[in-house]
Amino acid sequence: MSEIEIINLTKRFEIEGHSVVALDGVSLSIEKGDIFGIIGMSGAGKSTLVRSINYLEKPTEGRVLIDGVEMGGLTEAELRKKRSKIGMIFQNFNLLEQKNVTDNVCFPLEIAGIKKKEARKRAKELLGLVKLGDKEKAYPAQLSGGQKQRVAIARALATDPQILLCDEATSALDPQTSASILELIREINRKLGITVVIITHQMSVVTDVCRNVAIIDSGRLVETGPVEAIFANPGSDAAKELLAGKKEGYIPVKTLDAGRRIRIVFRENSAYEPVIANMILKAGVPVNILKADTRNIGGKAVGEMLLGLPEDEAKQEEIISGLKEAGLTVTEVSENG
Amino acid sequence: MDEKVVEMIIKGIGETLYMTLGSVIAGYVVGLPLGILLYVSGKKGLKPNFVLYRILDFICNIIRSIPFLILLILLIPFTRAVVGQSYGSTATIVPLVICAAPYIARVVESSLSEVDQGVIEAARSMGAGNFRIITGVLLVEARTSLMTGFTITTGILLGYSAMSGTVGGGGLGDIAVRYGYYRWQTDIMLITVVLLILIFQIIQTVGMKVSAHFDHRKR
Repeated sequence: MSEIEIINLTKRFEIEGHSVVALDGVSLSIEKGDIFGIIGMSGAGKSTLVRSINYLEKPTEGRVLIDGVEMGGLTEAELRKKRSKIGMIFQNFNLLEQKNVTDNVCFPLEIAGIKKKEARKRAKELLGLVKLGDKEKAYPAQLSGGQKQRVAIARALATDPQILLCDEATSALDPQTSASILELIREINRKLGITVVIITHQMSVVTDVCRNVAIIDSGRLVETGPVEAIFANPGSDAAKELLAGKKEGYIPVKTLDAGRRIRIVFRENSAYEPVIANMILKAGVPVNILKADTRNIGGKAVGEMLLGLPEDEAKQEEIISGLKEAGLTVTEVSENG
Repeated sequence: MDEKVVEMIIKGIGETLYMTLGSVIAGYVVGLPLGILLYVSGKKGLKPNFVLYRILDFICNIIRSIPFLILLILLIPFTRAVVGQSYGSTATIVPLVICAAPYIARVVESSLSEVDQGVIEAARSMGAGNFRIITGVLLVEARTSLMTGFTITTGILLGYSAMSGTVGGGGLGDIAVRYGYYRWQTDIMLITVVLLILIFQIIQTVGMKVSAHFDHRKR
C-alpha cells in the first residue's frame, strides 16, 4: 500500500455559472519516504491537486487515501487531526506576521493541545534543525525570504508529520536560496524519512531533488515515473516543453534554424567520452549545437544537448544510429517542443 | 474663575470620559462578536452563510443610517426601560452603544478582511478549526488594524457623547450647550471645546502609539 493514493480525482469549480475543470481523473501513488514532484505550467491544476491530498480542497469525484485511510470518509474532527500529520509549506511562506519565530513554530503544537513548555522545547530543536537557532525571538518581517521558508519548514515539522507538502515553496526565492531550501528538504527527507510532495513549475526543482515525478497538463496527468527516465525520454508534449525550459528564459529553439533537431541525453558513462567530436569526425558533416546543459539528477551527472542536424537524410540517420550505439538516449524534437 | 465652574468642568470631564469609555467598551462587547460573525458568514469568510450575512448586513445598515441625534430621541422609551431614566450620563450610554455597535462591527469586519488568506489556509493545513483560526490567527494578525479601529471609534464616540448634551446627557457637551448656547457664556464654552480637543488628541495619540507598538510587521 502506497502512503498516498490518489484515485480518479476530479475537481470542478463553479465560477459564475460556468463549470471549470481543474483536475480531470487524476490517479497517482506516492510511496513512503519518496520525494515526489508534481510539475506543470501555471494553471495546470497542480495546486488543486496538492490541496486535495490534505483535503483543503474537497474533490468533486474520486478518492484520496493516506496510509489506506480514505480522507473523504473522515469527520471534520478526524480530518483536522489527520491534517496535523501532513505538514505544508507555501510559496508565500504564510507565517503569522504578528508572532515571533518561536511562537510561529509553536502554533501547530498549540492547535494539537501540547503544553506550552513542551512546545517551546520542540520549537527550539526544530529551529536548530533548520539552522535558525539565533532567530528565536525575531519576527518574520526581520527575516529574509529563505529564512522565512526555513521557519515555515520548522513549523510544518512541529507535529512530526509523515508527509510534507511543498506548494511552489521555492518559487519566490532566488536560485541560490532556492537551492539551499531544496537541500534542507532533501536532508529532512533523509534524516526523518518523511514523504515529500513538491509542487513546482520549474523542471530544475524536480531534477534537483525529486526521485519520481508526475506531469500535469490542463488538469490531466500526462506522464509519471522516475525523474531520470522522464528526463532522458520525455513522452508527453508537456514534459518536452518543461524540459526545453522555455519559461526559464533560454533562447527559443525555433529562432535557430536547423532542418531536423534531436535531443540527446548523456549518462555518467558516456559523459566523459568525446561523443560529439567523434560523431562529427565520423560523419564528416558539421552539426549545430543549439543547447547544452548538465544537471545533477539524484546525485548522478546527466547531460543534455540539443543538436541541429545537416539536411542530408542519410547523414542524419547515420548520426542518430551512431549516437544510439554510443549509449545515448536520442529523441526527436518537434518544431514546438 | 469661579470655584463652582471649575468643579463643574472637572465633573464634566469625568462624565465625558465615563460616557465615552463606557460606550466604547459596551459597544465592543456587542460589536466585536457581531463583526466576527459578519466576517465569518461573509462571502470569503470561514463559513459563508448568505442568509445570516444579509440579515446582519441589513440591521447594521439600518442603524447606521439613522443620525445619532434622532436615534437618541427615538430610543428614549427604550433607555428609560433599561436604565430607569432618560437623562444623565448612564442613560446616554444606551443610545451610544446602539449607535456604535453596528459601526464597530463594520470596522472589525473590515480589519479581519485584511488578514492574508494564505495564513488562514496555513492554519487550516495544521488542523486548526474555525474557532482556533478566529482566536489564533484573525484576531492576532488583525491586531494593529483592530486597535486603529478602536481608536477611531473612541474618537467618534467622544464627539457623540458631547452631542448628547442637547438632551441633558451630562458631560462637557452638556456644559457647552447650557452655558455657551443658552447663557451666552462664551468663555466656558471655549474651555469645554479646548478640553474636548485635548481629550481627542490624547485618545488619538495614545491609540496610534499603542497600535504601532504592537505591530511587528515593520522593524
